[in-house]
Amino acid sequence: MSSTDFTWLIGGPQGSGVESGANIFSRVCAEMGYQVFGKREFYSNIKGEHSYFAVRISDQKINSNVNDVTLMASFDAETIFRHYNEVISGGGIIYDADLEDVATDRVHTLDAPFRERLHKTLESKNKPFSIAGVLEIAKENGVKLYPVSFKAILEALAEETENPRLKGLVRMFNVIGVSLSLGLVKMPPDSLQKTIGTIFSKKKEIAKINQQTANYSYNYATAKFEEFHHTLTGIQKEPGTLLVQGFQGTALGKMACGCRMQPYYPITPASDESVFLESNEILEMIDDRPGSTAVIQTEDEICAMGMTIGSALTGTRSATCTSGPGFALMTEMLGWAGINEVPVVITNYQRSGPSTGLPTRHGQDDLLFSVFAGHGDFPKIVYASGDVEESFYDTGNVFNYADVFQVPVIHLMDKFIASSVVTCPRFDSSKITINRGKLLDKVEGEYERFAFTEDGISPRSRLGLDNGIFWDTGDESDEKGHITEDPVLRVKMMDKRMSRLDLILKEIPETEKVVSFGVEDYTVITWGSSKGPILDAIDMLKKEGISIGLVQIKLLHPFPGDYVTSLLKNAKIIIDVEANHSAQLGKLFKQNVQRDIDYSILKYTGRAMTSTEIYDSLKKIVENKADKREVLMHGA
Amino acid sequence: MALKMADFKTDVHNDWCPGCGDFGIVNAIQMALAEMGVERDKTAIFSGIGCSGKTSHYINTYGVHTLHGRVLTFAQGAKIANPEMTIVAVGGDGDGLGIGAGHFVAAGRRNVNMTYIIFDNGVYGLTKGQASPTLKLGEQTKSLPSPNTNYNVNPIGLAVASGFTFVARGYSYDVRHLKDLIIQAVNHKGLSFLDVLQPCPTYNDLNTRDWYAGTDLMDEAQKRHSRIYKLEEHGYDPEVHYNEEAEVNERLTQALIKSLEWGNKIPIGVFYKNEIITPYTTRLKDKIPNYMENPPAKQNISKNGISNTDISHILDSLEV
Repeated sequence: MSSTDFTWLIGGPQGSGVESGANIFSRVCAEMGYQVFGKREFYSNIKGEHSYFAVRISDQKINSNVNDVTLMASFDAETIFRHYNEVISGGGIIYDADLEDVATDRVHTLDAPFRERLHKTLESKNKPFSIAGVLEIAKENGVKLYPVSFKAILEALAEETENPRLKGLVRMFNVIGVSLSLGLVKMPPDSLQKTIGTIFSKKKEIAKINQQTANYSYNYATAKFEEFHHTLTGIQKEPGTLLVQGFQGTALGKMACGCRMQPYYPITPASDESVFLESNEILEMIDDRPGSTAVIQTEDEICAMGMTIGSALTGTRSATCTSGPGFALMTEMLGWAGINEVPVVITNYQRSGPSTGLPTRHGQDDLLFSVFAGHGDFPKIVYASGDVEESFYDTGNVFNYADVFQVPVIHLMDKFIASSVVTCPRFDSSKITINRGKLLDKVEGEYERFAFTEDGISPRSRLGLDNGIFWDTGDESDEKGHITEDPVLRVKMMDKRMSRLDLILKEIPETEKVVSFGVEDYTVITWGSSKGPILDAIDMLKKEGISIGLVQIKLLHPFPGDYVTSLLKNAKIIIDVEANHSAQLGKLFKQNVQRDIDYSILKYTGRAMTSTEIYDSLKKIVENKADKREVLMHGA
Repeated sequence: MALKMADFKTDVHNDWCPGCGDFGIVNAIQMALAEMGVERDKTAIFSGIGCSGKTSHYINTYGVHTLHGRVLTFAQGAKIANPEMTIVAVGGDGDGLGIGAGHFVAAGRRNVNMTYIIFDNGVYGLTKGQASPTLKLGEQTKSLPSPNTNYNVNPIGLAVASGFTFVARGYSYDVRHLKDLIIQAVNHKGLSFLDVLQPCPTYNDLNTRDWYAGTDLMDEAQKRHSRIYKLEEHGYDPEVHYNEEAEVNERLTQALIKSLEWGNKIPIGVFYKNEIITPYTTRLKDKIPNYMENPPAKQNISKNGISNTDISHILDSLEV
């Protein structure tokens, strides 16, 4: 089977257009029919620190990045120092020839531990501590080098277009890098021109300069660069393919499922979702006047959560979006929503903790925190999506859960998903069902908000509804919502609320609780975004005749222990894969399934897992060569 | 049929201490609501934590007893989602100016069209009388082991500086005057703040009802000199009349200076009023033209159980 599996990496200082370069490249590839899986890595910094984008291109469905880089485009020295050894034999490095003499100590953003490791490598291979040194190693590894002076390109272009301003326009470096790359792999040039036109459609002048630069650089590569082994010439495009950024799945899901209020406080990597929602705050409605989402930037996450609850009390579908540190601030209010049976959704784009941790890096750190968040016992749901496409439909589901069970729902997402750019089938909002549960449109007779009912869920009035007056309180309350400290009523109320956990397990369909990709002797359990790289790793092993199962647990609280137990009864070895230190899912599993985890594959470098490294670990497990606890380290 | 004050009372047993200033405030709120003729089910009282937090249970409208320091966050969320509600938030001075001070300042900047009443008694009553943010430095109320080591917050000054557009002070034992202030506050277009001096008979033995009444200031003729006087009876004009920097600054400064008066003369009444600054709802309307007619709480979000939001134009822009 001949298949394309190509990874392109672009890097540069933050603020130098790495992201827009990657956007152009990704979009061109997607337009030309390829599947795209791109991932952005960046420091907690506005300008100057190293950021990079790895875009994997394939003609098959892909769910992750791999370790290998096929072609790297770099317009600064740091990118070469950090990534030269990821490029495979037969791969290529396009770099700015003016950088060859740059020594490691001239790049101040190379942090000490990395510099030390790099020096060690260079020393052992007897190479100078400079770009020339690392490039020599790359060359010895079989990597083709494509030096080109980015400055000279700009100068030549300035002359050709009679636009002297272009000469000093270093922010064109990203477009030069992209276009040289596309020229090298023989991507049809029209798609590049068209994509730049689309991306800069509102800024005609800028589009024109970019298109000229792209054209010149593309032609430069085809004319001057030595033949490259890999080509990307385009394949049949799957109709209805989206190129989406990770945070857009939950945002579009919120629009579609009727979330009309989102207070939030800025935090990486969650705020992109709120900003996207606000950018699209006015909503077109089918056969109705326009709707809208009120996106409110608050003074802190406590206010964000308070406003979300206040809004939910009016019957509005309401959510907030945050990351671990912000979620930590919301937990007192989570309990308030719990005791008052208020449906709210908290979208938590997790990052590496603890505390500020690695603020712009990935981690699945908040599972146990979410399950146990808040003081006292109250029902809540913790639900995790595995990728962007899932997150769109799951968002619809979690709002239904909140409404039907009248509980707060924590929807776990993460940085890996948030900052990935992927192709996926167009979202279908006609598949978003809306179930508001026992939300009332009118009230007749005497109303009690917390009335005891057979299923433990009371009809829900909303602020402003005629005859629907109720009281809420964070204290224990009677049926009307007034404070009580009566021991008998306390027990009845507590039992009523907590009975919902069983109801949730009973009512949520099994396919929404857990997704089984097959159960084998060796079966992986996981949650959230680790799913993608695991799926791809399993696929790689399958080609070698090794079958590994995968069970992705989406409903994490209440934990579907019985169902998972029955699903896994034929699995002999259970392997837990997740991106945190303490194997948090493994702990929940052990508690609820009463079975030991045989192996854990964990990553907490702050970088997302690649399928390559999971493949390596799984293979070691099958060959009985693995440690009980495999810790993954790949990624700059 | 017009509602009477009694219609705004619940049958929940009121467990405040005998003689508590809170009674006057809850009565004034009920009188104001009745006099304004608001609909009970279009009105909500939000409350914080502490003695004053129980207020929402004593008033027969929607009542939301929230968390310590956070009442404004819940209340603003509800008002923004459903702007047709009349919303009054209440809480103690510890609640609003201690743990909730950040929200107090941010709420001023936002100017959401609602009312916030602080029950200001200088102590944390429900936890047995610790010093609260309005107690003066060096003062020692009866359950404090030693004099207060913190400088006090000036609620009126802080409100004016934070952007509240209606700032007033009432006294809980002058219920009629307080009722009138509440009506003005609720009718104000923007965020209104009412600082209500409210003696705590159990823990604040300094700022007592007698102290406010000035019984210690009796002259030789045994004539009492109440410490409290009304700004409106002294020709004070709190209102910003036109949108010019000099006018706004003058009214702000005057309010700040008045807010510093304390001791033998304590002003109550309206300190500052500015309806030129747009309420938050208007600011939202500038972005979302049909926000007032079709706010979050009123929107239809489904047809026959399926999403009726048309996101196709956004998906089109993402399609390759």
